[in-house]
Amino acid sequence: MGNVLVVVEANPDGSLRKATLNALGAAGAIVKRTGGQIHAVVVAVDARPLAQAVAPYAVSVVYTASGPSFEHGLAEGVTPAVVAAVRAAKADFVVGAATAFGRDVLPRVAGKLQAAMASEVLSIEGTGSDFTFTKPLWAGAVIGTVKLSSPIVVLSVRPTEFQAPAAGSAGEIRELQLEAPAPMRTRFLDFKQVLSTRPSLTEARVVVSGGRGTKGDFQPIEALADALGAAIGASRAVCDAGWQPNDLQVGQTGKVVAPQLYIAVGISGAIQHVAGMKGSKTIVAINKDPDAPIFTVADYGLVGDLFTLIPELTAAIEASK
Amino acid sequence: MDFALAPEELALRDAASKFAREIIRPKAAAFDASGAFPEAILRQAWELGLTNLTIPDSVGGNGIGHLAQAIIAEEISWGCSGIGSSMTAIDLGLLPIVLHGTQEQKERLLKPFLKSFRLACFGLTEPGAGSDAAGIKSSAVREGDFYILNGQKQWITNGGVSELASVFATTDAAKGRSGIICLAIEGNPPGLTRGHHEDKMGQRASNTTTLTFENVRVPVANRIGAEGEGFMVAMNTLDNSRPLTAMFAVGIARAAMEHAIAYAKERMQFDKPIATFQAIQFLLADMATDIEAARLLCLKAAWQLSRNERSTQTSSHAKRFAADMAMRVTTDAVQVFGGNGYSKDYPVEKLMRDAKLVQIYEGTSQIQRLVIARELLRP
Amino acid sequence: MALKILVTAKRVEDSESKIRVNAQGTGIVTEGLRYKLNPFDEIAIEEALRLVAKHGGEVVAVSVGSKDVHEQLRQALAMGASRAIWVNQVGPLDQLAIARCLAKIAEKEKPDLAILGKQSIDGDQGQVGPYLAEMLDWPQATFASKEDSLESQAEKSKTPALQLSTDGKEITVVREVDGGLQTIACTLPAVVTTELRLNLPRYASLPGIMKAKSKTIEEFTPATLGVDATPAITLLKVAAPPERKAGIKVPDVAALVDKLRNEAKVI
Repeated sequence: MGNVLVVVEANPDGSLRKATLNALGAAGAIVKRTGGQIHAVVVAVDARPLAQAVAPYAVSVVYTASGPSFEHGLAEGVTPAVVAAVRAAKADFVVGAATAFGRDVLPRVAGKLQAAMASEVLSIEGTGSDFTFTKPLWAGAVIGTVKLSSPIVVLSVRPTEFQAPAAGSAGEIRELQLEAPAPMRTRFLDFKQVLSTRPSLTEARVVVSGGRGTKGDFQPIEALADALGAAIGASRAVCDAGWQPNDLQVGQTGKVVAPQLYIAVGISGAIQHVAGMKGSKTIVAINKDPDAPIFTVADYGLVGDLFTLIPELTAAIEASK
Repeated sequence: MDFALAPEELALRDAASKFAREIIRPKAAAFDASGAFPEAILRQAWELGLTNLTIPDSVGGNGIGHLAQAIIAEEISWGCSGIGSSMTAIDLGLLPIVLHGTQEQKERLLKPFLKSFRLACFGLTEPGAGSDAAGIKSSAVREGDFYILNGQKQWITNGGVSELASVFATTDAAKGRSGIICLAIEGNPPGLTRGHHEDKMGQRASNTTTLTFENVRVPVANRIGAEGEGFMVAMNTLDNSRPLTAMFAVGIARAAMEHAIAYAKERMQFDKPIATFQAIQFLLADMATDIEAARLLCLKAAWQLSRNERSTQTSSHAKRFAADMAMRVTTDAVQVFGGNGYSKDYPVEKLMRDAKLVQIYEGTSQIQRLVIARELLRP
Repeated sequence: MALKILVTAKRVEDSESKIRVNAQGTGIVTEGLRYKLNPFDEIAIEEALRLVAKHGGEVVAVSVGSKDVHEQLRQALAMGASRAIWVNQVGPLDQLAIARCLAKIAEKEKPDLAILGKQSIDGDQGQVGPYLAEMLDWPQATFASKEDSLESQAEKSKTPALQLSTDGKEITVVREVDGGLQTIACTLPAVVTTELRLNLPRYASLPGIMKAKSKTIEEFTPATLGVDATPAITLLKVAAPPERKAGIKVPDVAALVDKLRNEAKVI
C-alpha cells in the first residue's frame, strides 16, 4: 500500500500550476519508500484537460471530478471530491502544494478524513516506511521534525523544496463516481487579478523586492525588474502601507520564494521577511544602513542610497545585454 | 511579603508597555528634537485610559491602584519621559481635588476629564519659591464669593495647554505656610497669561511655561480644602505623586540599560563584542542592580500609599535614589556607547538629558535628603 | 439581527522573543520567553468586535491550554469580548484536538460566525479554521482581507471588512489568494480565518482591563467536552535552520555586476 494522492491545482487561466509538479516530487519521495503508487485528483468544471496535462508526471491514475460546483476551487465544493478520490486511490497520504488553494482545501480534506496534517513541509525523512516530516516552526526560526500517527495523513508541501519529476508515459485517467453534490453555501462573487506582465513571484528566476527604504516609490525597482526580466516583491511594511498590493509580500506570512537571484532593495531584513527568501540561491542586499540585518544573509551587499544605486545597476545591466 | 503582581496589574503593565513601545517610542526622538507638543499621542493615551489614573472610581474613574500607577509610570517613561511628564502632570494637577476636594468639587471638576480629552497642571513653584515652597508670594484676596489672585508660577508642566490649574497662593504672607490656599482655576479666565514654552535641556516634549495672574477672579467654590490647608494639600499631593516621579527615573534608566546592552553585544573592538570586556560588564551589572533597587523602593512607597500608610520617608528614599541612579545609569550608558553615545544619532544622550530633570523637579534630590533627615531626627 | 461570534485567543511566544533550540533538541528554550495573544487571533477578535459594534450581539473568546491562557482570554475580554471559555488542557495538543474542542463549544454556543486567526505563529500550521468548518459542516472563508489599505479612512473609522447581508443570513468576505483578491459569500453559520491585512487590532484600554476582571471565564476540559485530546502529531525534534552565512560587501555597482556575472553566474 502506501499510495499517495496529489491534489492538482490550476492557474487562473486553467493551465496546470507548476507548484503541483513540486507536490508530485514530494509524492515521489514518499512512494520511493512505501512502494505505493502516485495518484492525482483534478477537481474542476471540466477536469479532463488538466488531467491530461498532469498524467505524464509519474502518475499511475488521475481521478477527475467535473461539475459546476467546482468552479473557482472553493473548499466547500472541492473537499467531497478529493475525499472520494482518497477512497478510490486507497491513499494513505494526501499531498498538495502549500499555495493559497492548498492551504484552504487540504486542512478541510484532513478534517473530513479525521487525519493529522503537517503544513509547509520542507522534507520527507525517516527510515523505511517510518516517516517523519520537517516543517518550519515559529516563522522559520526553528525547523521541527514531526511524526503523524493517524491512519491517513495530509501534507501541504513547500513547492520550493521539492523537485518536479520528469515527464514520462501518461497515466490512466479515471472519472470519479460522485454522489450528487450538496447545495453549496459558498458563493463566488468576484476575483480581482493582480495583472502583471512580469513572471509570477513564486516561479520567477529573479526577484527584485522593495522595502520601506523605497518610501513607496517603486519606479526604480520596476525598471530594474524589467531589465532583469524579474518578478517584483515587497516587504510587509510596504504592503501594510498600501504602497504595493498584498499579493507581492515576500515573507513567512506572504510568499515564500527561492529564485536564482534575489535582490532586496531598502529592506532591513526582519526575520519574517528573511524566512520568505533565504532559500534563494544568491541574495543581494542594497541598503543605506550598513548595519541592517539583511546584510547578514546577503551574499553581496551594497551600502548606499537606492535612488542612485538602482538606476546605476539598471543601466549597467541594460548596457551589458 | 509578596512580590508577585496581580493578573490585572500585569495586564495594565502590558497595555502601558505596548503603548510605550508602539506609539510613544517611535516618535520620542522627533518630539525631543522639535520640542513640539505631542497632543495626538496624549489624546490617544487618554482614549485608552492611560491618563487620569488617580481619579477615583467614586466619580467614574477606572480604579487603578497606586501599585498599578507606578508600574504604568515606568513603562510610559521608558517610552519617553517628556511625553510621560505631560501625561502625569494631568494627575498632578487633579490630585489636590482627588485628595481634598468635596464630593461636589470632584463631580464638577474631575468628571469632565473622563468625558473628553483635556489637560491639567499643578502650580506651586514660583520664580522666587522653588525648594522653599512655603515661601510663595502669589496672593489671594477674598472679595465676596471670589478670591482675587495675583502672582506668577514658573516651570509649570502643561502650563500652556491646561484647562484646569491647581494653583497655590497665600491669603496672608505673614502667616507663612498656614496662610496658603489651593485654588482650582478653570479654563482661561481674564487676567491669566501663559508664558512661552521653555526651551529645556531634556524632557523636551513636555510643555513647560509660566503662568501669570493679574487680578484673576476665582470662585470661592473652587478652593480645595479650607483656608490655611493649602500647604498640606500641596505636600499630600507630592507625597502621592513622588513614587510615580521616581518610577520615571526607573523607566529612563531601564531604557538606557537596554540600549547599552544591545550596543555592547554588537559593537566590535579588538575583534570582539565589547560586551565580552569586564570593564563594560561591570557597568552593565551596576546598572541592573541599581535599577532593581530603585524599582523596589518605588513599589514599596506605592504599596504604603495603597494601604493608606504614611509614605513620606519611603517615597523620598525612592525619589532621591531613583533620580540619582538614573543620572548615573544614563551617564554610564553614554560611556558604553563611547563617541557614538555623545551623538544625537544614538538614543542615550537624550536619556541622560531627560534623567537630569528628575533630580530637580518635584523636590530636588537635596530636598529629599532633608525630608529623610527630618524623619530620621524626629524627636 | 444580533450576531454571536466565537473567536479564538491562542497563547503564543512573543515573536520579539528570541526563539532558540534547547540543548536536547527536543523543543525551544522557554526560559525568559514572553508570551502574547496570537496576532492573527487578535485580528479575528478585532473584526468580531467591529461586527458586533455595527450589528449588535456578543463576542465569545475561546482558548485551549493551561491556566496561563487566562492571560490571553483576559486580553480578549479587555478588548471587548463579552465572556470567555477556557478548555483546560495541560500538555501537547494538536490541531485536530483543538478543532474538536472548538466544534463541541460551537455546538453548545451556536454562534453565527467563528472567526479564527488563519494560523498561529508558533506551529505555523494553519489548519484549525478549515478543520472546524468541516467538522461542523459549515462553509469557510479563509484568509479574510480587504481591498482598502490599513491606512485608509475605512480602517481609521473601524468599519468591519466582513459584510453582513441585509437579511443577516450571509457574510461577504474578500480573500487573499494567489494572484489577487477573491470575494465570496458564505451562508451563516460560517468559519472565517483572518489575514494580517484585515484590520489593525485595537489596544486594550485600561478601563477595558479593569472591566475584564469581572467578566466570567467558563471552564471545560477535553474530557467534559467529550473530546479525545490524544495528539496524532508528535514533535520529535527541533533544529536551527541551516544558516546562511553573511557574504561580502561590494564597494560599487560595477563590482556587484562583476560578482553576479562571474562568481555567482546568475546574470
